[in-house]
Amino acid sequence: MDNKVIKLLLRALAWGILALVAGVVVRLVGGVIIDSPVTFVQQMLNGLQLGFMYAMIAVGYTLVYGVVKLINFAYGDIFMVGAFVSFFGITQYGFSFVPALLLATVACIFLAVIIDRVAYKPLREAPRIAALITALGMSIFLEYFTALKFVFSPDYIAFERPFELVSWEVGGIRFTNIQLIVAGVSILYFLGVQYIVGRTKIGKAMRASAFDKPTAQLMGINVNAVIGATFALTGALAGTAAMLYATAYPQIFTFMGLQPGLKAFVAAVIGGIGSIPGAFVGSLIMGFTEAMTVGFVPYGSTLKDGVAFILLIAMLLIRPTGIFGDPFEEIK
Amino acid sequence: MKSLHRIPTWVQALIFFLVVGVVVQMAFAQGWLSEYWQQILMAGTILAVSALGLNLKYGYGGLFAIGHAAFYGIGAYASALVTKDWTTQWSGSPVGGLAGLLGIEAGFIAAAVVISLLDIGHRRRRLRERLEELVSPFEASVLTTTLTILVAGVILVVVGGGVGWLVRRAVLAVGPSLFGVLPEAIAQQVVFLVALIAGAILAALVGFVVGLPLLNLTYDYLCIATLGFGIITYVFFNNADQLIPTMKGARGMVAIPRLTTWPWVLGVFAVAIIVMRNFIYSSTGRAILAVRDDLTAADTMGINSYQYKVLAYTVGCAYAGLAGGLYAHLYAFLHPSNFTWLKSIDPFVMVVFGGVGSMTGTTMGAYVFVTLLEGLRVLPAELIDWRYVIYPLILLFVMLFRPQGIMGTSELGFLKRPKAAAEEPEKVSASEKATSESTASGSEG
Amino acid sequence: MQSNGNSTVLKIDGLTKFFGGLRAVHDFDVDIKESELVGLIGPNGAGKTTIFNMITGIYPVSSGRVMFQNNNITDLPAHEVTHLGIGRTFQNIRIFPKLTVLDNVRVAYHPHASYNVFDGILRSPRFGRGEKEMTDRARQFLSVFGLEKYQDSLASNLPYGEQRRMEIARALATEPDLLLLDEPAAGMNPGEIVELMDLIHFIRDRFDLTILLIEHQMRVVMGICEWITVIDFGEIIARGTPKEIQNNPKVIEAYLGSRAAEELK
Repeated sequence: MDNKVIKLLLRALAWGILALVAGVVVRLVGGVIIDSPVTFVQQMLNGLQLGFMYAMIAVGYTLVYGVVKLINFAYGDIFMVGAFVSFFGITQYGFSFVPALLLATVACIFLAVIIDRVAYKPLREAPRIAALITALGMSIFLEYFTALKFVFSPDYIAFERPFELVSWEVGGIRFTNIQLIVAGVSILYFLGVQYIVGRTKIGKAMRASAFDKPTAQLMGINVNAVIGATFALTGALAGTAAMLYATAYPQIFTFMGLQPGLKAFVAAVIGGIGSIPGAFVGSLIMGFTEAMTVGFVPYGSTLKDGVAFILLIAMLLIRPTGIFGDPFEEIK
Repeated sequence: MKSLHRIPTWVQALIFFLVVGVVVQMAFAQGWLSEYWQQILMAGTILAVSALGLNLKYGYGGLFAIGHAAFYGIGAYASALVTKDWTTQWSGSPVGGLAGLLGIEAGFIAAAVVISLLDIGHRRRRLRERLEELVSPFEASVLTTTLTILVAGVILVVVGGGVGWLVRRAVLAVGPSLFGVLPEAIAQQVVFLVALIAGAILAALVGFVVGLPLLNLTYDYLCIATLGFGIITYVFFNNADQLIPTMKGARGMVAIPRLTTWPWVLGVFAVAIIVMRNFIYSSTGRAILAVRDDLTAADTMGINSYQYKVLAYTVGCAYAGLAGGLYAHLYAFLHPSNFTWLKSIDPFVMVVFGGVGSMTGTTMGAYVFVTLLEGLRVLPAELIDWRYVIYPLILLFVMLFRPQGIMGTSELGFLKRPKAAAEEPEKVSASEKATSESTASGSEG
Repeated sequence: MQSNGNSTVLKIDGLTKFFGGLRAVHDFDVDIKESELVGLIGPNGAGKTTIFNMITGIYPVSSGRVMFQNNNITDLPAHEVTHLGIGRTFQNIRIFPKLTVLDNVRVAYHPHASYNVFDGILRSPRFGRGEKEMTDRARQFLSVFGLEKYQDSLASNLPYGEQRRMEIARALATEPDLLLLDEPAAGMNPGEIVELMDLIHFIRDRFDLTILLIEHQMRVVMGICEWITVIDFGEIIARGTPKEIQNNPKVIEAYLGSRAAEELK
């Protein structure tokens, strides 16, 4: 047998294997969809809602990581505080939707900036692991401190929605106003962040500091102020996301930030940490996967948390820098 | 007292532990130490074993791997399943759990040995090179990956499954009679020992499998990935009753024989810390430290850095599993909430506070941690929850003011780095300044 | 190019490296014979360290081939490259800062340690013998370089010049046939540079080495290299003896002429 024939056989084999794998996947997925299309579409909607919410948090993580190369573990807890603050606004002061949203947003902006100043700034020049551990410590501190009785108490509190849940059914599929609001706000924020980072002076300063901090400083950029502004921006994202999350899943407790925070971070990694569109896309994928697991995998609702991390590990093995990440980031 | 120095350090250590152990045991028996202090000593020592494992991963290995509690849990559940079988025969045979566990371990190790003997990595590369001469890199990659998966799968099933099945049958057949030879009380202790070791080995094997793909990642990603694994394990424990009903998942596993006593705890700790000391003060230990200090430089010195990272990680996981086994038989009850990733932060605080890269510091950190948490239990009701607030504050304080931990890398007593053997009396004249030799006659020295 | 009939130690053909769309090294080739002391120079960012990294298996090769003593070492993992007999130092000194100087050298002997992990844990007689052997060898090695007085100091506590010397000593402890030195004279004063040049000659003779050297200090390059390859923007622009290179207009141009020419006087 001469070379040409061998080449052809090998190529056929390779593509044949790929076709087989693709075929199996399509068959499985298609089968599932055909069997229960209603569940599929419903779960897709649920997934989208979840995804849009994760998106706001994920963008927050990716912003901080991009500029300070730090996984802000405390971010999920800032989110939690936002939910509680909006709760207090609604119940104690009778705030309606927009004022409560503003309250949460402002509170989180403050909290994010304070955390940065107190815990992260002193360690700016220290090895990055130190900052990571500090972030971890800050996160745990927030969770337990707010669990004290005189703060938020360790109880699971039923959240009071600031507006009525309106839902309507179309062909067995349930749509809610919350879905629309979440989607709308999330997209708006995404566009807003893209605009700020891409087109404003402060955004340029952020990108410069992210790319090369010492040089940015030499060019006259007050990097610490820029970092503070970045944290403030992420605070805004967290506060809004928190109130929407609590409205959609009306139960708040001091550890509520853990799971969404982690999953949003995983989503950011999947999309490519440091990339804002990546964080958005990754979140939608994450939300989608989670909802599909609940809908179609046996014991899905107890397994769904694990699935998120299986996704993560799979991603880290195949393409650690994520979908939109620069594959040459790895070279140190 | 020149003769005293002839006794190897680790023997001195054993003697030390023997003395301490006897004294404390007497204190318990005579009631000099209350129930409360007994709890603290036992819990602290168990946690110290686990923390030593994390110290190996993070302090000596430089691996920011925070899923430690998962391996604690694996060791706990695995060893509990074995001993519970002996007492209650939940599997239908007194050694069913042990047989299954040993079967899995033996099968896996056999398959791993065969795979490494075949030098799959090398052959894969070779094959891909040859293929890339014929087809495109992408197609070559598809073919080699498929072949690798097929070969590995076959080996796993045939070798792994085969050996595992054999071992399991052997244990099932021989086990009851072998153990039955001994009087019941002794048999229980032997089963306990075997359970502890088997649990630790399982934790190590799982750590190996998890570590292989993940330890290549930079530490940000490693951190999240190991955290993710920790969550996956927690979810598994919560739902494990689908697989093994007696594990009872979220309802908690009960009726585990209470076999952990002070002699056991101290004995395991003594062995664990002496082994760790001997391990880190050997050539292999130096290699691990070198990889931590500078991975690229270590590679350039001929050290396969990846291999040593995996080694540090695997052994660290074994320590966690061992500690978990002790833990399970102390409280006789296991619940998945004890093995969340938050619980992984406990040994982390111990290591960071006590001394990153110090066995003394880590042990001390463990005792301080337990004393704080337990000690603060006696606070009035309003303040009791503050102990959970204090402990992350400790972490924050340490990171801001003394990031290397209280002891840094220094050690006490027999844990100190041994001085290299003394110089030969006849010092060679090679101390001649070799740096500014103007002639080429630098052949002596 | 001198050729004294010795065998080829390092032969590189068509070595190319792409970082994404950026071409860092293009078609680099070289043929180094046994015992030669050869230089690789070029302006900053020309790709010299990238070439070293490809030879030693730290960067994957985009295309090309690296042959070492008749072995194809292209894309071999770094530790295997070292086992085959190539040692190197780094531009920004890479040592094991938290280890003692003695341990830094002892690590080099680990791949050939005469005892295994279990001997270590159980402190068997084999461990005692093996440790003594490694320690004695390391000590003797250090004394060759005049570093024995630092043996118990932490490597990070050494003065810069001694650190550099230790890094070279350590690389030699792996018993290489080919030594790659990446800017060994960086950060040294004129006195230290003279010592360094002597050291390089000394080790080449004492340890039977072939040496490939990246260096910016013209004094060093012109002083000790037998022949030199010059690269700029990842491509070879000249090759020859120091004299030939000095007068090569392309080289002078690459370095912006007058500065380099002045340094050489």
